[in-house]
Amino acid sequence: MGSKSFKVGEKVYTRVGDAMPSFISNSNGTEGNTGQSSRVSNFGPHEQSIGFRGGGYNSTSLTSQTMHTDLQFSTYEKMLQGQNISQPNQVSNSDTSTEMDPDDKIQNFDIDPSNPYMASGSNDKQKEKFPEQKTQRRLAQNREAARKSRLRKKAYVQQLENSRLKLTQLEQEVQRARKQGVVISNTGDQSQPNSGNGSLAFVAEYSRWLEEQSKHTSELRAAVTSHKSDTELRSLVENATSHFNDIFRLKKIAAKADVFHIIYGMWTSPAERCFLWIGGFRSSELLKLLVSHLEPLTEQQLASIDHLQQTSLQAEEALSQGMDALQQSLAETLARDAPVVPPGSSGMANYMGQMAMAMGKLGSLENFLRQADHLREKTLQQMHTILTTRQSARALLAINDYFSRLRALSTLWLARPQR
Amino acid sequence: MDRVIDLASKKAAVIFTKSSCCMCHSIKTLFYELGASPAIHEVDHDADMEWALRRLGCNPAIPAVFIGGKYVGSARDVISLHVDGTLKQKLIEAKAIWF
Repeated sequence: MGSKSFKVGEKVYTRVGDAMPSFISNSNGTEGNTGQSSRVSNFGPHEQSIGFRGGGYNSTSLTSQTMHTDLQFSTYEKMLQGQNISQPNQVSNSDTSTEMDPDDKIQNFDIDPSNPYMASGSNDKQKEKFPEQKTQRRLAQNREAARKSRLRKKAYVQQLENSRLKLTQLEQEVQRARKQGVVISNTGDQSQPNSGNGSLAFVAEYSRWLEEQSKHTSELRAAVTSHKSDTELRSLVENATSHFNDIFRLKKIAAKADVFHIIYGMWTSPAERCFLWIGGFRSSELLKLLVSHLEPLTEQQLASIDHLQQTSLQAEEALSQGMDALQQSLAETLARDAPVVPPGSSGMANYMGQMAMAMGKLGSLENFLRQADHLREKTLQQMHTILTTRQSARALLAINDYFSRLRALSTLWLARPQR
Repeated sequence: MDRVIDLASKKAAVIFTKSSCCMCHSIKTLFYELGASPAIHEVDHDADMEWALRRLGCNPAIPAVFIGGKYVGSARDVISLHVDGTLKQKLIEAKAIWF
Protein backbone atom coordinates (compact mmCIF):
# COMPACT_ATOMS: atom_id res chain seq x y z
CA MET A 1 0.00 0.00 0.00
CA GLY A 2 1.66 3.08 -1.12
CA SER A 3 1.14 6.33 0.54
CA LYS A 4 0.76 9.72 -0.88
CA SER A 5 1.08 12.97 0.92
CA PHE A 6 -0.72 15.94 -0.25
CA LYS A 7 -0.58 19.47 0.73
CA VAL A 8 -3.73 21.19 1.71
CA GLY A 9 -3.09 24.86 2.17
CA GLU A 10 -0.25 24.95 4.61
CA LYS A 11 -1.11 21.73 6.24
CA VAL A 12 0.04 18.48 4.98
CA TYR A 13 -1.74 15.31 5.36
CA THR A 14 -0.26 12.00 4.77
CA ARG A 15 -2.67 9.74 3.28
CA VAL A 16 -1.89 6.16 3.59
CA GLY A 17 -3.39 4.17 0.91
CA ASP A 18 -4.38 5.06 -2.53
CA ALA A 19 -7.88 5.83 -1.62
CA MET A 20 -8.65 9.44 -1.85
CA PRO A 21 -10.69 10.61 1.05
CA SER A 22 -13.15 12.91 -0.46
CA PHE A 23 -14.31 14.87 2.44
CA ILE A 24 -15.36 17.22 -0.14
CA SER A 25 -18.37 15.76 -1.71
CA ASN A 26 -18.80 16.72 -5.23
CA SER A 27 -22.48 17.08 -5.46
CA ASN A 28 -22.29 20.78 -6.11
CA GLY A 29 -18.65 21.38 -6.31
CA THR A 30 -18.45 23.60 -3.31
CA GLU A 31 -18.88 21.76 -0.11
CA GLY A 32 -18.19 22.13 3.47
CA ASN A 33 -19.76 23.62 6.50
CA THR A 34 -18.57 26.12 8.99
CA GLY A 35 -17.03 23.34 10.89
CA GLN A 36 -15.02 22.45 7.91
CA SER A 37 -14.30 25.96 6.99
CA SER A 38 -11.25 26.37 9.08
CA ARG A 39 -9.62 23.45 7.51
CA VAL A 40 -10.86 24.29 4.12
CA SER A 41 -9.75 27.87 4.38
CA ASN A 42 -6.23 26.68 4.72
CA PHE A 43 -6.45 25.15 1.36
CA GLY A 44 -6.32 28.53 -0.23
CA PRO A 45 -5.00 28.38 -3.71
CA HIS A 46 -3.80 24.89 -3.36
CA GLU A 47 -7.08 23.27 -3.69
CA GLN A 48 -6.78 23.16 -7.37
CA SER A 49 -3.55 21.31 -7.18
CA ILE A 50 -4.85 18.66 -4.90
CA GLY A 51 -6.29 15.78 -6.67
CA PHE A 52 -9.41 15.56 -4.71
CA ARG A 53 -12.15 13.85 -6.38
CA GLY A 54 -14.15 16.44 -8.09
CA GLY A 55 -11.39 18.89 -8.40
CA GLY A 56 -11.20 22.08 -6.50
CA TYR A 57 -13.73 23.90 -4.49
CA ASN A 58 -14.32 27.40 -3.47
CA SER A 59 -13.12 27.75 0.06
CA THR A 60 -14.76 31.06 0.53
CA SER A 61 -18.19 29.96 -0.32
CA LEU A 62 -18.68 27.04 1.90
CA THR A 63 -22.23 26.61 2.45
CA SER A 64 -24.17 23.45 2.48
CA GLN A 65 -22.82 20.17 3.23
CA THR A 66 -24.18 16.80 3.11
CA MET A 67 -24.31 14.43 5.91
CA HIS A 68 -22.21 12.21 3.85
CA THR A 69 -19.50 14.79 3.51
CA ASP A 70 -19.67 15.83 7.08
CA LEU A 71 -19.29 12.37 8.27
CA GLN A 72 -16.39 11.72 6.07
CA PHE A 73 -14.69 14.92 7.01
CA SER A 74 -15.22 14.55 10.69
CA THR A 75 -13.81 11.13 10.78
CA TYR A 76 -10.92 12.12 8.59
CA GLU A 77 -10.31 15.09 10.80
CA LYS A 78 -10.23 12.97 13.85
CA MET A 79 -7.85 10.66 12.18
CA LEU A 80 -5.56 13.48 11.31
CA GLN A 81 -5.63 15.03 14.70
CA GLY A 82 -5.08 11.85 16.50
CA GLN A 83 -2.31 10.59 14.35
CA ASN A 84 1.35 10.88 14.68
CA ILE A 85 3.76 11.18 11.90
CA SER A 86 6.01 8.41 12.90
CA GLN A 87 6.69 6.51 9.79
CA PRO A 88 8.85 8.54 7.53
CA ASN A 89 8.86 5.77 5.03
CA GLN A 90 5.31 6.50 4.40
CA VAL A 91 6.11 9.87 3.05
CA SER A 92 6.90 9.59 -0.55
CA ASN A 93 7.93 12.09 -3.09
CA SER A 94 4.98 11.46 -5.15
CA ASP A 95 3.40 13.46 -7.83
CA THR A 96 1.62 15.84 -5.51
CA SER A 97 3.71 18.34 -3.62
CA THR A 98 4.52 16.95 -0.29
CA GLU A 99 5.85 18.19 2.96
CA MET A 100 5.60 16.88 6.41
CA ASP A 101 3.83 19.28 8.60
CA PRO A 102 5.01 18.85 12.14
CA ASP A 103 1.90 20.50 13.42
CA ASP A 104 -0.16 17.65 12.30
CA LYS A 105 0.14 14.42 13.93
CA ILE A 106 -0.78 11.92 11.40
CA GLN A 107 -0.49 8.27 11.59
CA ASN A 108 -1.61 5.71 9.22
CA PHE A 109 -5.22 5.41 9.20
CA ASP A 110 -6.96 2.53 7.77
CA ILE A 111 -9.11 3.01 4.85
CA ASP A 112 -12.00 0.72 4.62
CA PRO A 113 -11.23 -1.06 1.42
CA SER A 114 -14.88 -1.61 0.74
CA ASN A 115 -15.52 2.08 0.65
CA PRO A 116 -12.41 3.84 -0.55
CA TYR A 117 -13.99 7.19 -0.01
CA MET A 118 -14.75 6.83 3.58
CA ALA A 119 -12.25 6.66 6.35
CA SER A 120 -13.05 3.93 8.80
CA GLY A 121 -14.18 4.44 12.29
CA SER A 122 -16.72 7.06 11.53
CA ASN A 123 -19.44 7.60 14.00
CA ASP A 124 -21.77 10.23 15.27
CA LYS A 125 -19.69 11.11 18.27
CA GLN A 126 -17.11 12.58 15.99
CA LYS A 127 -19.65 14.88 14.54
CA GLU A 128 -20.35 16.51 17.88
CA LYS A 129 -16.78 17.09 18.86
CA PHE A 130 -15.98 18.13 15.37
CA PRO A 131 -17.24 21.75 15.27
CA GLU A 132 -15.54 22.60 18.54
CA GLN A 133 -12.35 21.04 17.41
CA LYS A 134 -12.48 22.91 14.17
CA THR A 135 -13.02 26.22 15.87
CA GLN A 136 -10.25 25.59 18.27
CA ARG A 137 -7.97 24.63 15.53
CA ARG A 138 -8.82 27.67 13.50
CA LEU A 139 -8.28 29.96 16.44
CA ALA A 140 -4.98 28.35 17.14
CA GLN A 141 -3.90 28.78 13.57
CA ASN A 142 -4.92 32.40 13.57
CA ARG A 143 -2.99 33.02 16.72
CA GLU A 144 0.00 31.34 15.26
CA ALA A 145 -0.19 33.32 12.05
CA ALA A 146 -0.59 36.54 13.96
CA ARG A 147 2.34 35.71 16.13
CA LYS A 148 4.54 34.97 13.17
CA SER A 149 3.42 38.14 11.51
CA ARG A 150 4.32 40.17 14.55
CA LEU A 151 7.72 38.56 14.72
CA ARG A 152 8.37 39.29 11.08
CA LYS A 153 7.35 42.89 11.52
CA LYS A 154 9.55 43.22 14.53
CA ALA A 155 12.50 41.81 12.66
CA TYR A 156 11.91 44.12 9.75
CA VAL A 157 11.64 47.20 11.92
CA GLN A 158 14.79 46.20 13.71
CA GLN A 159 16.56 45.87 10.40
CA LEU A 160 15.36 49.31 9.33
CA GLU A 161 16.55 50.86 12.56
CA ASN A 162 19.94 49.32 12.15
CA SER A 163 20.19 50.56 8.60
CA ARG A 164 19.20 54.03 9.65
CA LEU A 165 21.84 54.12 12.36
CA LYS A 166 24.42 52.91 9.95
CA LEU A 167 23.40 55.53 7.43
CA THR A 168 23.73 58.32 9.97
CA GLN A 169 27.15 57.06 10.95
CA LEU A 170 28.27 56.91 7.36
CA GLU A 171 26.99 60.41 6.70
CA GLN A 172 28.92 61.72 9.65
CA GLU A 173 32.05 59.98 8.46
CA VAL A 174 31.66 61.48 5.03
CA GLN A 175 31.21 64.93 6.52
CA ARG A 176 34.28 64.54 8.69
CA ALA A 177 36.39 63.21 5.89
CA ARG A 178 35.18 65.87 3.52
CA LYS A 179 36.10 68.57 6.00
CA GLN A 180 39.57 67.16 6.01
CA GLY A 181 39.66 67.53 2.28
CA VAL A 182 39.27 63.90 1.43
CA VAL A 183 37.20 63.31 -1.65
CA ILE A 184 34.91 60.43 -0.96
CA SER A 185 34.12 58.43 -4.03
CA ASN A 186 30.89 56.62 -4.36
CA THR A 187 32.16 53.07 -4.56
CA GLY A 188 28.74 51.82 -5.52
CA ASP A 189 28.82 53.92 -8.63
CA GLN A 190 31.45 52.09 -10.58
CA SER A 191 29.99 52.90 -13.92
CA GLN A 192 30.76 56.59 -13.56
CA PRO A 193 33.95 56.98 -11.61
CA ASN A 194 34.15 60.69 -12.32
CA SER A 195 30.67 61.64 -11.42
CA GLY A 196 30.82 59.75 -8.17
CA ASN A 197 33.53 61.97 -6.80
CA GLY A 198 32.23 65.36 -7.77
CA SER A 199 28.57 64.68 -7.38
CA LEU A 200 28.72 63.21 -3.93
CA ALA A 201 30.80 66.07 -2.63
CA PHE A 202 28.41 68.57 -4.17
CA VAL A 203 25.37 66.82 -2.75
CA ALA A 204 26.86 67.23 0.70
CA GLU A 205 27.78 70.86 0.00
CA TYR A 206 24.35 71.59 -1.33
CA SER A 207 22.56 70.15 1.66
CA ARG A 208 24.77 72.20 3.92
CA TRP A 209 24.00 75.25 1.81
CA LEU A 210 20.29 74.56 2.19
CA GLU A 211 20.61 74.39 5.96
CA GLU A 212 22.46 77.68 6.11
CA GLN A 213 20.02 79.20 3.67
CA SER A 214 17.13 78.37 5.92
CA LYS A 215 18.96 80.01 8.83
CA HIS A 216 19.47 83.20 6.86
CA THR A 217 15.85 83.10 5.81
CA SER A 218 14.59 82.75 9.36
CA GLU A 219 16.74 85.64 10.51
CA LEU A 220 15.52 87.79 7.67
CA ARG A 221 11.91 86.85 8.26
CA ALA A 222 12.18 87.69 11.94
CA ALA A 223 13.75 91.03 11.08
CA VAL A 224 11.05 91.90 8.56
CA THR A 225 8.14 90.97 10.79
CA SER A 226 9.60 92.80 13.75
CA HIS A 227 10.09 95.87 11.58
CA LYS A 228 13.75 96.29 12.19
CA SER A 229 15.49 99.42 11.01
CA ASP A 230 16.68 99.71 7.48
CA THR A 231 20.33 99.66 8.47
CA GLU A 232 19.94 96.42 10.38
CA LEU A 233 17.89 94.99 7.57
CA ARG A 234 20.44 96.01 4.99
CA SER A 235 23.25 94.01 6.56
CA LEU A 236 20.98 91.01 6.86
CA VAL A 237 19.97 91.39 3.23
CA GLU A 238 23.58 91.63 2.20
CA ASN A 239 24.48 88.51 4.13
CA ALA A 240 21.55 86.62 2.72
CA THR A 241 22.34 87.72 -0.82
CA SER A 242 25.98 86.82 -0.45
CA HIS A 243 25.02 83.41 0.85
CA PHE A 244 22.54 82.94 -1.95
CA ASN A 245 25.30 83.63 -4.43
CA ASP A 246 27.49 81.03 -2.79
CA ILE A 247 25.55 78.36 -4.61
CA PHE A 248 26.81 79.65 -7.93
CA ARG A 249 30.36 79.32 -6.72
CA LEU A 250 29.70 75.78 -5.49
CA LYS A 251 28.07 74.83 -8.77
CA LYS A 252 31.02 76.18 -10.70
CA ILE A 253 33.43 74.00 -8.76
CA ALA A 254 31.21 70.95 -9.02
CA ALA A 255 30.74 71.46 -12.75
CA LYS A 256 34.48 71.06 -13.28
CA ALA A 257 34.18 67.55 -11.89
CA ASP A 258 30.87 66.66 -13.49
CA VAL A 259 29.16 69.22 -15.67
CA PHE A 260 26.31 66.89 -16.55
CA HIS A 261 25.32 66.38 -12.97
CA ILE A 262 24.97 70.12 -12.47
CA ILE A 263 23.66 71.30 -15.79
CA TYR A 264 20.91 68.74 -15.94
CA GLY A 265 19.83 69.43 -12.41
CA MET A 266 20.51 66.07 -10.86
CA TRP A 267 21.25 67.92 -7.66
CA THR A 268 17.86 69.62 -7.60
CA SER A 269 14.58 68.21 -6.38
CA PRO A 270 12.28 66.71 -9.01
CA ALA A 271 9.80 69.57 -8.97
CA GLU A 272 12.57 72.10 -9.40
CA ARG A 273 13.80 70.11 -12.33
CA CYS A 274 10.51 70.77 -14.11
CA PHE A 275 11.56 74.36 -14.51
CA LEU A 276 15.20 73.70 -15.13
CA TRP A 277 17.03 75.95 -17.54
CA ILE A 278 20.73 75.33 -18.07
CA GLY A 279 21.34 74.02 -14.58
CA GLY A 280 19.07 76.35 -12.62
CA PHE A 281 16.14 78.71 -12.54
CA ARG A 282 15.16 81.28 -15.16
CA SER A 283 15.62 84.72 -13.66
CA SER A 284 12.96 86.17 -15.96
CA GLU A 285 10.42 83.73 -14.51
CA LEU A 286 11.51 84.44 -10.98
CA LEU A 287 11.05 88.17 -11.51
CA LYS A 288 7.56 87.58 -12.82
CA LEU A 289 6.68 85.64 -9.68
CA LEU A 290 8.22 88.18 -7.36
CA VAL A 291 6.35 91.25 -8.53
CA SER A 292 3.23 90.44 -6.55
CA HIS A 293 5.30 90.01 -3.38
CA LEU A 294 7.09 93.29 -3.81
CA GLU A 295 4.09 95.55 -3.91
CA PRO A 296 3.63 98.33 -3.43
CA LEU A 297 6.03 99.35 -6.18
CA THR A 298 6.37 102.78 -7.66
CA GLU A 299 5.69 103.30 -11.35
CA GLN A 300 9.39 103.67 -11.90
CA GLN A 301 10.11 100.46 -10.06
CA LEU A 302 7.47 98.56 -11.95
CA ALA A 303 8.86 99.77 -15.24
CA SER A 304 12.41 98.90 -14.20
CA ILE A 305 11.45 95.44 -13.02
CA ASP A 306 9.58 94.86 -16.24
CA HIS A 307 12.55 96.03 -18.25
CA LEU A 308 14.89 93.82 -16.25
CA GLN A 309 12.65 90.87 -16.91
CA GLN A 310 12.81 91.56 -20.64
CA THR A 311 16.54 91.97 -20.50
CA SER A 312 17.01 88.71 -18.69
CA LEU A 313 14.75 86.99 -21.14
CA GLN A 314 16.82 88.26 -24.04
CA ALA A 315 19.99 86.89 -22.53
CA GLU A 316 18.26 83.62 -21.71
CA GLU A 317 17.14 83.32 -25.30
CA ALA A 318 20.62 83.99 -26.57
CA LEU A 319 22.12 81.35 -24.30
CA SER A 320 19.40 78.87 -25.22
CA GLN A 321 20.15 79.35 -28.88
CA GLY A 322 23.80 78.77 -28.22
CA MET A 323 22.94 75.53 -26.42
CA ASP A 324 20.78 74.46 -29.33
CA ALA A 325 23.64 75.16 -31.72
CA LEU A 326 25.90 73.11 -29.50
CA GLN A 327 23.51 70.19 -29.51
CA GLN A 328 23.12 70.42 -33.27
CA SER A 329 26.84 70.62 -33.81
CA LEU A 330 27.53 67.69 -31.53
CA ALA A 331 24.97 65.55 -33.31
CA GLU A 332 26.39 66.46 -36.69
CA THR A 333 29.90 65.70 -35.57
CA LEU A 334 28.98 62.25 -34.37
CA ALA A 335 26.70 61.49 -37.26
CA ARG A 336 29.37 62.34 -39.77
CA ASP A 337 30.26 59.30 -41.73
CA ALA A 338 33.52 58.28 -40.15
CA PRO A 339 34.66 55.17 -41.95
CA VAL A 340 34.82 52.23 -39.65
CA VAL A 341 35.71 49.93 -42.47
CA PRO A 342 38.28 49.55 -43.83
CA PRO A 343 40.21 49.54 -40.63
CA GLY A 344 43.43 51.32 -41.03
CA SER A 345 45.30 54.31 -39.83
CA SER A 346 43.22 56.78 -41.80
CA GLY A 347 39.94 55.33 -40.62
CA MET A 348 41.06 55.34 -37.05
CA ALA A 349 42.45 58.83 -37.38
CA ASN A 350 39.11 60.07 -38.66
CA TYR A 351 37.29 58.40 -35.82
CA MET A 352 39.64 59.83 -33.26
CA GLY A 353 39.36 63.22 -34.87
CA GLN A 354 35.62 62.99 -34.74
CA MET A 355 35.76 62.08 -31.06
CA ALA A 356 38.20 64.85 -30.31
CA MET A 357 35.88 67.39 -31.90
CA ALA A 358 32.93 66.04 -29.98
CA MET A 359 34.93 66.20 -26.77
CA GLY A 360 35.68 69.84 -27.42
CA LYS A 361 32.03 70.59 -27.88
CA LEU A 362 31.09 68.83 -24.66
CA GLY A 363 33.69 70.92 -22.93
CA SER A 364 31.83 74.09 -23.80
CA LEU A 365 28.85 72.95 -21.72
CA GLU A 366 30.71 74.12 -18.69
CA ASN A 367 30.94 77.60 -20.16
CA PHE A 368 27.24 77.72 -20.82
CA LEU A 369 26.49 76.73 -17.26
CA ARG A 370 28.86 79.40 -16.01
CA GLN A 371 27.27 82.09 -18.14
CA ALA A 372 23.76 80.99 -17.16
CA ASP A 373 24.63 81.20 -13.48
CA HIS A 374 26.32 84.52 -14.12
CA LEU A 375 23.12 85.79 -15.69
CA ARG A 376 21.13 84.65 -12.65
CA GLU A 377 23.47 86.31 -10.25
CA LYS A 378 23.61 89.54 -12.20
CA THR A 379 19.85 89.73 -12.68
CA LEU A 380 19.16 89.35 -8.99
CA GLN A 381 21.87 91.86 -8.23
CA GLN A 382 20.27 94.32 -10.62
CA MET A 383 16.90 93.68 -9.03
CA HIS A 384 18.22 94.71 -5.64
CA THR A 385 19.35 98.04 -7.07
CA ILE A 386 15.77 98.76 -8.10
CA LEU A 387 14.23 97.82 -4.76
CA THR A 388 14.30 99.35 -1.32
CA THR A 389 15.97 97.43 1.47
CA ARG A 390 12.68 96.21 2.83
CA GLN A 391 11.53 95.15 -0.60
CA SER A 392 14.81 93.34 -1.14
CA ALA A 393 14.28 91.47 2.11
CA ARG A 394 10.79 90.47 1.05
CA ALA A 395 12.10 89.42 -2.34
CA LEU A 396 14.69 87.15 -0.77
CA LEU A 397 12.04 85.64 1.48
CA ALA A 398 9.68 85.12 -1.41
CA ILE A 399 12.37 83.43 -3.51
CA ASN A 400 13.26 81.15 -0.66
CA ASP A 401 9.64 80.29 0.08
CA TYR A 402 9.05 79.46 -3.54
CA PHE A 403 11.95 77.05 -3.77
CA SER A 404 11.14 75.54 -0.40
CA ARG A 405 7.68 74.76 -1.65
CA LEU A 406 9.07 73.17 -4.77
CA ARG A 407 11.30 71.01 -2.63
CA ALA A 408 8.44 70.15 -0.29
CA LEU A 409 6.31 69.23 -3.28
CA SER A 410 9.07 66.95 -4.47
CA THR A 411 9.25 65.24 -1.11
CA LEU A 412 5.51 64.68 -1.06
CA TRP A 413 5.61 63.41 -4.58
CA LEU A 414 8.37 60.95 -3.85
CA ALA A 415 6.59 59.73 -0.75
CA ARG A 416 3.22 59.34 -2.39
CA PRO A 417 1.60 55.90 -1.96
CA GLN A 418 2.08 53.82 -5.04
CA ARG A 419 0.38 50.62 -5.96
CA MET B 1 47.46 93.24 -33.53
CA ASP B 2 47.07 96.15 -35.88
CA ARG B 3 44.82 94.10 -38.02
CA VAL B 4 42.59 93.43 -35.07
CA ILE B 5 42.37 97.07 -34.11
CA ASP B 6 41.85 98.00 -37.71
CA LEU B 7 38.99 95.59 -38.16
CA ALA B 8 37.54 96.52 -34.78
CA SER B 9 37.17 100.17 -35.71
CA LYS B 10 35.66 99.56 -39.10
CA LYS B 11 32.19 99.08 -37.71
CA ALA B 12 30.32 100.19 -34.61
CA ALA B 13 29.97 96.64 -33.35
CA VAL B 14 32.55 93.97 -34.14
CA ILE B 15 32.72 90.44 -32.83
CA PHE B 16 35.58 88.02 -33.35
CA THR B 17 34.31 84.45 -33.34
CA LYS B 18 35.08 80.90 -34.27
CA SER B 19 32.66 78.75 -36.20
CA SER B 20 33.12 75.95 -33.67
CA CYS B 21 32.31 78.20 -30.72
CA CYS B 22 28.69 77.99 -29.68
CA MET B 23 29.01 80.69 -27.06
CA CYS B 24 29.90 83.01 -29.94
CA HIS B 25 26.60 82.02 -31.45
CA SER B 26 24.86 83.14 -28.25
CA ILE B 27 26.57 86.52 -28.23
CA LYS B 28 25.76 87.09 -31.87
CA THR B 29 22.14 86.23 -31.15
CA LEU B 30 22.05 88.71 -28.31
CA PHE B 31 23.30 91.48 -30.57
CA TYR B 32 20.70 90.62 -33.18
CA GLU B 33 18.02 90.68 -30.49
CA LEU B 34 19.12 94.19 -29.60
CA GLY B 35 18.81 95.21 -33.21
CA ALA B 36 22.50 95.52 -33.91
CA SER B 37 24.26 94.13 -36.97
CA PRO B 38 27.75 93.49 -35.78
CA ALA B 39 30.59 92.65 -38.15
CA ILE B 40 31.58 89.05 -37.54
CA HIS B 41 35.15 87.92 -38.11
CA GLU B 42 35.86 84.23 -37.84
CA VAL B 43 39.35 83.45 -36.70
CA ASP B 44 39.10 79.67 -37.04
CA HIS B 45 42.17 79.35 -39.15
CA ASP B 46 43.88 82.54 -38.12
CA ALA B 47 46.20 81.72 -35.28
CA ASP B 48 47.86 85.11 -35.55
CA MET B 49 44.59 86.91 -35.06
CA GLU B 50 43.75 84.78 -32.07
CA TRP B 51 47.15 85.42 -30.59
CA ALA B 52 46.72 89.14 -31.22
CA LEU B 53 43.43 89.14 -29.42
CA ARG B 54 45.05 87.48 -26.46
CA ARG B 55 47.80 90.06 -26.49
CA LEU B 56 45.17 92.76 -26.34
CA GLY B 57 43.95 91.22 -23.14
CA CYS B 58 40.97 89.37 -24.50
CA ASN B 59 40.46 86.48 -22.16
CA PRO B 60 39.07 84.19 -23.30
CA ALA B 61 40.07 85.24 -26.76
CA ILE B 62 36.82 84.17 -28.30
CA PRO B 63 34.28 85.74 -28.49
CA ALA B 64 35.90 89.16 -28.47
CA VAL B 65 33.43 92.04 -28.60
CA PHE B 66 34.35 95.55 -29.69
CA ILE B 67 31.96 98.48 -29.63
CA GLY B 68 33.00 101.77 -31.09
CA GLY B 69 36.47 100.33 -31.65
CA LYS B 70 36.95 99.61 -27.98
CA TYR B 71 37.23 96.16 -26.44
CA VAL B 72 34.16 95.50 -24.37
CA GLY B 73 34.89 91.98 -23.23
CA SER B 74 34.03 88.35 -23.69
CA ALA B 75 30.75 86.53 -23.13
CA ARG B 76 30.71 87.03 -19.38
CA ASP B 77 31.35 90.77 -19.65
CA VAL B 78 28.74 91.17 -22.34
CA ILE B 79 26.14 89.52 -20.12
CA SER B 80 27.02 91.74 -17.18
CA LEU B 81 26.78 94.85 -19.34
CA HIS B 82 23.56 93.68 -20.89
CA VAL B 83 21.84 93.13 -17.56
CA ASP B 84 22.65 96.54 -16.15
CA GLY B 85 21.79 98.27 -19.41
CA THR B 86 25.28 99.41 -20.24
CA LEU B 87 25.54 97.31 -23.37
CA LYS B 88 22.56 98.97 -24.97
CA GLN B 89 23.91 102.32 -23.92
CA LYS B 90 27.24 101.69 -25.57
CA LEU B 91 25.58 100.47 -28.73
CA ILE B 92 23.49 103.59 -28.93
CA GLU B 93 26.49 105.78 -28.33
CA ALA B 94 28.42 104.00 -31.05
CA LYS B 95 25.42 104.36 -33.30
CA ALA B 96 25.13 100.62 -33.71
CA ILE B 97 21.48 100.93 -32.75
CA TRP B 98 19.12 103.84 -32.39
CA PHE B 99 16.97 102.84 -29.48
